Amino acid sequence: MAENTTSRSKRLFTTAGLIFLALGIVLYFAKAPMGLNRKIYDLPIFLIIIGVCFALKGFMSKNAPVNELETSRVSFVEFLTNNAILLAMLVLVVVICILQPRFMQIRVALDILTQSSTKLIMALGICFALLIAGTDLSAGRMVGLAAVVSASMMQTATYANRFFPDLPQVEVWIPIVAAIAACMVFGALNGFIVAKYEMHPFIATLATQVIIYGVCSLYFDMPPNNSQPIGGIRSDFAQIGQMRLFSGIYKGFPGISILIPISIVICIIIWFILNKTIFGKNVYAIGGNREAAVVAGINVFRNIMFIFILASFLYGIAGVLEAARTAGATNNYGNGYETDAIAACVVGGVSMNGGIGRVGGIIMGVLIFTVIQYGLQFINVSPMWQQVIKGVIIAVAVAIDLTKYRRK
Amino acid sequence: MGEYLLEMKNITKTFPGVKALDNVQLNVRKGTVHALMGENGAGKSTLMKCLFGIYEPNGGEIFLDGKKANIHSARQAMDQGIAMVHQELHPIRFRSVMENVYLGRFPGHMGVVNHKAMYDKTKALFEDLELDVDPLALAGEQSAAILQMMEIARAVDMKAKIIILDEPTSSLSDREVEHLFKIINRLRSQGVAFIYISHKMKEILEISDEVTIMRDGTYVGTWPVVNKETGEKLTNDFIIRQMVGREMTSQFPPREGKPSSEVVLKVEHVCSPLRKSFQDVSFELHKQEILGIGGLVGAQRTEFVEALFGLRGIASGEILLNGARYSAKSPGFAKSRGLALLTEERRATGIFGILPILENTVIANQKNYAHLGILNERKRRIDADEECRKLNVKTPSLATLIQNLSGGNQQKVLIARWLLTNSDILILDEPTRGIDVGAKYEIYNIMLEQIAQGRSIIMISSEMPELMGMSDRIMVMCEGRVTGFLNKGEYSQEKIMALATQFAVHKDNTAA
Repeated sequence: MAENTTSRSKRLFTTAGLIFLALGIVLYFAKAPMGLNRKIYDLPIFLIIIGVCFALKGFMSKNAPVNELETSRVSFVEFLTNNAILLAMLVLVVVICILQPRFMQIRVALDILTQSSTKLIMALGICFALLIAGTDLSAGRMVGLAAVVSASMMQTATYANRFFPDLPQVEVWIPIVAAIAACMVFGALNGFIVAKYEMHPFIATLATQVIIYGVCSLYFDMPPNNSQPIGGIRSDFAQIGQMRLFSGIYKGFPGISILIPISIVICIIIWFILNKTIFGKNVYAIGGNREAAVVAGINVFRNIMFIFILASFLYGIAGVLEAARTAGATNNYGNGYETDAIAACVVGGVSMNGGIGRVGGIIMGVLIFTVIQYGLQFINVSPMWQQVIKGVIIAVAVAIDLTKYRRK
Repeated sequence: MGEYLLEMKNITKTFPGVKALDNVQLNVRKGTVHALMGENGAGKSTLMKCLFGIYEPNGGEIFLDGKKANIHSARQAMDQGIAMVHQELHPIRFRSVMENVYLGRFPGHMGVVNHKAMYDKTKALFEDLELDVDPLALAGEQSAAILQMMEIARAVDMKAKIIILDEPTSSLSDREVEHLFKIINRLRSQGVAFIYISHKMKEILEISDEVTIMRDGTYVGTWPVVNKETGEKLTNDFIIRQMVGREMTSQFPPREGKPSSEVVLKVEHVCSPLRKSFQDVSFELHKQEILGIGGLVGAQRTEFVEALFGLRGIASGEILLNGARYSAKSPGFAKSRGLALLTEERRATGIFGILPILENTVIANQKNYAHLGILNERKRRIDADEECRKLNVKTPSLATLIQNLSGGNQQKVLIARWLLTNSDILILDEPTRGIDVGAKYEIYNIMLEQIAQGRSIIMISSEMPELMGMSDRIMVMCEGRVTGFLNKGEYSQEKIMALATQFAVHKDNTAA
């Protein structure tokens, strides 16, 4: 029975993949002669990509010896609940594509990925705190801190309103390191309060959040800047967030934002840390049962310190990228980013009770939010309605997720 | 009214992939104590959850007083006179005892609680149950025994006709058990029926009128404890035979060899910083020895071994490990020195319920699989697989979540965890608590194997037969002090009890 399920899903994926692939290729060559260019845009290319992905998944999935006790036949309903949000997103995408065929463009997809990048880095940072059944409210303010610190040292020599009027042309990496280090100091503070005094991370990071904003504002308010937005950013720094790769590869191709490869690399690193290192296993263990982790001889103090420092490192990167991408910074940068990141994590299946969560899920969670936001903008849904929809998604997604763990 | 107060007929319950109950029946008479027995995983808890409305059975019928009952929630079960005292109690710790007793049924009008009435009612209830507890005291400060009585008081107040007791004595001292039995006897004479789940044969034979035995989700049979015609009593052996479905020749495997004279651990005058905890503990542990630690609940045995393992502070005294000074700084340090601790509370401080068996097995030994912090997945898997196989952990795969295993198998995984770290001294705190007979025997075997391989064991046990059956020497504690040692050959329950109850005469008591 179990054997059948596996091979059936394998067959399903392979056939679906091949069908998509074939359809994509046919449409690709047929769209110009049939005059469909303005009707389906880049749909064929998407079909080919989806087809290849499905087929690969089908070929790669093993017929692992599954025991009867573990997996019973995955019923249709179960499949729906397991992937409800993903399916809802697919339905929405299809609807948007019908209403606005322009949505089916490579550039739109790249836009969505670009917009997801910094959010993803934030979510990957915050997921560690969530995995130990905590949270991190200071994440957003750390982004602001990193943005202000890095931008303040990266202004062009000719700009009238310089933060440090006499600062010479410094190497690009110096402000980046300084910004990230500033965040890591506060990350260490977070970790110390949480680990040493066993304070709930909600309170500890709330305190640090306020401190960081204060410190950042003080810095931002230093004369001669006096709380004016930092501008006149050097183009070599701005390139870190704005550079586009392969932009002239064919006519009309907008190029791939540098943010995409950066976030992909970070995803891989975090995945590796969570799944292949002692530290990662310890995070799951501490989140799963802190007392048992202590008894098992895990140094909980050191691990929690490391969790918050690593997270602040990621927020620092996100902050620098934000400053570079927008070529500017104020002390209000990053405000509220932590709630978006937490929302993306929980929608991606990270449990607030700790111990459960995967990088794949987090990527999904972030993408779902961006796709929906971008898509709703695309069909001119009012931003106020977008907020309502976003909130509903969080509640519904988590409710569905929780029913998985409850059985009667 | 029919013969039975409760009849459960052909109850069947399936979970995805598992048939937890298969045509099980249970018939309970009015005013009796009905023991429900079976190995862990036999389906006792599932059956009780079906009765109590927590699970919906897939098939079968339940009759109360001969009438078909519809029970779909715990609330409905309670309304129909069924109460359940769970094995692990979860009181609302920061609320008073009386609020816990009347939780969900506060006396009062229009949503305003009448605290005076609640206090008086609770007081009266407690007096009736000979319970000397202030209704206003915080529930979190009460002992397990009192919390249990609190639950029973709640059941009595709700006029429960059937009270389910799930392993009620697992954390009670003998004296508290006596009190519990007195209350049970009183309520029984008033017509209340009890369903009594326990692994302890002695208790079952003492308190119950009838025994129903289950095995692997099926009904084995029901027997009166005393046969009315012949006057014969059920025997331990008979019950065990029915439970495991095979002959059990002995409760304990034979011990071969003797402890060596080499001293591996020497503890001298070790004191806790807390005055009421362990004080002036001294002993020697020999290589290949099983040192049993006996005592009542509150003897500070657990606290002492936790301090030895670095989980609690030590104020003074000296510990020599293999001749060298050892300071119990942290569990990590203790681990690195070859100590291992299997804690008493398996669920709270042992297993990582939501993690797979693989992770649970290797978690204490990660360093041996890592190079620069990066793990070698294959090595982890091979080791976990080998160790779990050796200890005969029954599981579909290493990917199974440990919370889905029975207590005995969870315990084996935890032992495997500490065997992987190559510990020389295993500290086992109640190693067979809440574990069925078959798994107990396996764990005893594992202990003896470890001894044969040159390891040493410190075992805390509150079960006298186990303490006497497994230990080479018994150290008895009372109120944090070591009150005596018994060598093999001079064991008896009476001697151990005598040492365990050697309470100090507090001279300053009158002053305080």
